[in-house]
Amino acid sequence: MIKLNMIKTWFKSGTPWVWLNAAGVSLCLIMVIAVLGLVVVRGVGHFWPSKVMQLSYQEDSGGLKTIFGEQVDRSVTPALMAKASGHKMAEGEDTLVQYLIKTGNRDVTGTDFRWVVERNIQKRDYPIDMMVVERREWGNFYGQLVAVKENGKIIASGNAAWPAALERLAIALAIFDEIVHLEKKEIGAVNYGLERLRLKQKSLQLKNRWDAEAEKEVASEKASYEAQYSQYQKQLGLLYQKARRDSLVAKIDDGSEQEIALSKIVKIYQPNTMTLFDRIGYFCSKVTEFLTDDPRESNTEGGIFPAIFGTIMMVIMMSIIVTPFGVIAAVYLREYAKQGFITRLIRIAVNNLAGVPSIVYGVFGLGFFVYILGGNIDQLFFPEASPAPVYGTPGLLWASITLALLTLPVVIVSTEEGLSRIPKSIREGSLALGATKFETLWLTVLPMASPAMMTGLILAVARAAGEVAPLMLVGVVKLAPTLPLDGNAPFLHLDRKFMHLGFHIYDVGFQSPNVEAARPLVYATSLLLVVVILGLNLSAIIIRNRLREKYRALEG
Amino acid sequence: MTAQEVRTHAIDMNSFINNRLNSEELDEICIKVENLNLFYADKQALHNINMDIPKKKVTAYIGPSGCGKSTLLRCINRMNDLVDNVTIEGKILLDNENIFDKSVNVAALRRRVGMVFQKPNPFPKSIFENVAYGLRIQGINDKRILAETVENALRGAALWDEMKDRLNDNALGISGGQQQRLVIARAIAIEPEVLLLDEPASALDPISTLKIEELINELKEKYTIVIVTHNMQQAARVSDYTAFMYLGDLIEMGTTSELFTNPRKKQTEDYITGRYG
Repeated sequence: MIKLNMIKTWFKSGTPWVWLNAAGVSLCLIMVIAVLGLVVVRGVGHFWPSKVMQLSYQEDSGGLKTIFGEQVDRSVTPALMAKASGHKMAEGEDTLVQYLIKTGNRDVTGTDFRWVVERNIQKRDYPIDMMVVERREWGNFYGQLVAVKENGKIIASGNAAWPAALERLAIALAIFDEIVHLEKKEIGAVNYGLERLRLKQKSLQLKNRWDAEAEKEVASEKASYEAQYSQYQKQLGLLYQKARRDSLVAKIDDGSEQEIALSKIVKIYQPNTMTLFDRIGYFCSKVTEFLTDDPRESNTEGGIFPAIFGTIMMVIMMSIIVTPFGVIAAVYLREYAKQGFITRLIRIAVNNLAGVPSIVYGVFGLGFFVYILGGNIDQLFFPEASPAPVYGTPGLLWASITLALLTLPVVIVSTEEGLSRIPKSIREGSLALGATKFETLWLTVLPMASPAMMTGLILAVARAAGEVAPLMLVGVVKLAPTLPLDGNAPFLHLDRKFMHLGFHIYDVGFQSPNVEAARPLVYATSLLLVVVILGLNLSAIIIRNRLREKYRALEG
Repeated sequence: MTAQEVRTHAIDMNSFINNRLNSEELDEICIKVENLNLFYADKQALHNINMDIPKKKVTAYIGPSGCGKSTLLRCINRMNDLVDNVTIEGKILLDNENIFDKSVNVAALRRRVGMVFQKPNPFPKSIFENVAYGLRIQGINDKRILAETVENALRGAALWDEMKDRLNDNALGISGGQQQRLVIARAIAIEPEVLLLDEPASALDPISTLKIEELINELKEKYTIVIVTHNMQQAARVSDYTAFMYLGDLIEMGTTSELFTNPRKKQTEDYITGRYG
């Protein structure tokens, strides 16, 4: 009886309620930490250099084989299941331990990865001369450096080979940078100019103003571009010749020697001799590469700079579009419209818009913005480009507008809330000084409501930056050859397609030819996406807090 | 009756019926309220108000809560326009011009008739910008003129000495009494003709209240002041004329000394002697 009473009082005291709440909060925290932890560990681990093994491996077929590679994964299978899947199991063995080894050398063996069974490993070594070569094509190469060649002649071998290779590689990389610069910047500009010239000619022809004078003008411009181009082409030829001069020779696990041109190499390193300091240096350089380089090998290697850039660009464009629209709509709804049935209806509609699945916005964006709006813009303003579309195809502008539409309700709702929270006395104070309603709004009410607008924008950014589905329809691509912002006038190319981190995750993780190799990149990219959104949000929050401090309203 | 007698009689009758002031001859009239009726939707809040407000004097409205004194005050600068479902009948003449005329520019009217509210409502801007607000709206951005006007307004509101070193501080950081004087400075910076004070001291401590009352005494040299107050002592202290309102009716209006010492109506007497309200 006493016990029952104690339980009763315990319940009445509210303690169980507090515990329940605390449990809920803890669960949330654990989930957040788990998500971030997983993403961080898997993503960051990808950039850490692991040692390369040399295995003496007893193949099931009987032969002894040497395998070079990094251990990526380890799996333990119960004997029964292993037997069922066709593994030969020894008597008394109750588990099958397997390792996933990244063996690289896809150009030679056709695969990057293989599973090995632990019991068949005869010997495991970490030879100090094991070399990893990151290549522009075919993924990693694992082997032991034999010699460095110049024009097919060996110039260094044995112990002298490694320093020579490093030295030559530095030169080759410098040449490659020059080539990229020439191809992308200079020749890119020439191509851009030529394309514009072609459009100009066509447009003049369409307008029936294509006369001898115009022809002469265009021809002379074209000639100057072509002269530039042939000059660049000559430079390029020389550079390529220089780049192809050197190569290195390495012995791979099957004993054969492979020759790799230095022009195809991004990086070489010997992981088994690296000190911790070296490893940190390598890690940093990999992270920097990831953040600042273009992707290679159908996005599974290299960096993701265009995706970062595209995401940020798109979010900024979206913010620029959605903020004024949302604010204007909210001001009208709250300040000018007569409150009644219709405004209520509009509010309900706006709130419901926030719940429409984003892919629907994508479909709308494609159907209305891209095809109807963009198609008409093309017909009206860019007849010369036809049949190639300019704005009548998915692009940054349409993606931004679609997402602006998607996030409009959030901005409207929070701006309205902010407006309704401005004390009446402030408005009256301004009106009593002879300000009109508009002046009152502009000078006093809107500035005071700006923190609320920023809150709306923060929510909008958080939603837009993470949105992928509609973007796939209205502008995101797997690989965009050019950034939407570059050095060619008019600098901001809203018609261009762009890359996006969210789509990149999907693409790399599930659409790439080499899923196994790309998996760590999925985590790394996810981490980056989270960081980017966090960064965008944080800056918006800082701005909002500043505004709040500034326009701290009267209480009540 | 002689002509003189007829006139006197007429004035007496008039003052009896309409609460017109019998000191009309002495003081120039600034605002004339004629047959003013005000309805909130179906509810009538003011009943046929007739009243003269003399120029450069302090006129106080007293009466119990909900008697319509604030509503009447807010009619004078058309603040009631902001309330939905308000119907106003009758006239308020400011310098013989009906402020409810369609041709009247409300913003311009409010520039002539400034208002100070019950709770200090400075804008979340600097002290300087608060006072300069009305000028900026009028498009005056000349730094010299602004600085001069702000200084004069702050002096006029007896705030200059306290504020001259912190003009760029946020106005929300000063005390309630200072805020209220700042709001008065803001109102007089645009040099209105009339100043409406809606219980200006009710949210303030006694010392701040005293300062506001002193300020009102100084301001009446330049402005016609109408003040709504709950506090009868305050009305007696600061006003030259007092109007007593009850349930939307103007019961009695007269010089303050007369109304408080010798009320003509029983209701007034009851109220000022504290029998209800």
